Amino acid sequence: MSTPASFLTEEMRQQAIGVESPPVTFVVEKGHILRFAEAIGDPNPQYTDEAEARKGANGGLVAPPTFLRSVRGVNLELPFELSFSRRLDGGSDWEYFQPVRPGDRITAVARVAEMTERSGRLGTMVFMTTITTYSNQFEEVVATQTNTLIAY
Amino acid sequence: MADQVYWEDVTEGMELPSIVKEPTTRQLVQYAGASGDFYEIHYDKDFAVGNQLDGPILHGALKSAFLGQLVTDWIGPLGTLKRLQCQYRGMDAPGNVITARGTVTRKYEEDGLCLVDCEIRLENAEGQNTTPGNATVILPSRTG
Repeated sequence: MSTPASFLTEEMRQQAIGVESPPVTFVVEKGHILRFAEAIGDPNPQYTDEAEARKGANGGLVAPPTFLRSVRGVNLELPFELSFSRRLDGGSDWEYFQPVRPGDRITAVARVAEMTERSGRLGTMVFMTTITTYSNQFEEVVATQTNTLIAY
Repeated sequence: MADQVYWEDVTEGMELPSIVKEPTTRQLVQYAGASGDFYEIHYDKDFAVGNQLDGPILHGALKSAFLGQLVTDWIGPLGTLKRLQCQYRGMDAPGNVITARGTVTRKYEEDGLCLVDCEIRLENAEGQNTTPGNATVILPSRTG
């Protein structure tokens, strides 16, 4: 294995923290919500049945809680190469402020909140914590997602 | 889905109705398509083995979606999910049964809202907790 014994210096950590992605815009399509709900195997009518969804707390169709994972292309340009070939998802922490509805135009911006290194079963591992903020066309923050990426 | 749960019905320590999932590689491909996450460790066995894994593994985000369903099924159409957090501690492979479970840990009022915190988890067929987490929800109150 070519993984270095130690990778991350304090200087690199300081350079990484605060790095922000360019904003990515994403339109929430009704058909996409339907396909996403099918893919996760969740038959909740809040996602697919307009008449049922109108009776709920949101007053209409909404997207499932983790739907915004399908916003792609949010790229964080680190000032150095994270020179590990493998990636794992360490976990996620969602906070919700507004429902996400079909037709919403969502803008996502990610920011590096922390970067640490640990030695584990898989060798040297770098943990990068990012916070992605999702806002809608009314400039309301609909959700934030704190995510931990493990590179090893 | 069960009848609407109200805040008054909830007691600390009560269990959420569990849900059972049996993800297949087909579902992982379906999730890859729906989410746009086409990382090959989730459906290409050779690629997964080349990455020190025994075979394809579930997307972490699909596991958090299962936990999301556990909580949203329980809170019903009048409940609101405020927070959904989990860690992917253990890997889960397609072809295995996963059970999503939850327990109410705290019931409280804050800013006029009726809130409940839950500890949530995914258990594999051996009963190991691969995906521990927490959720916070707002529930409707019978007293308005």
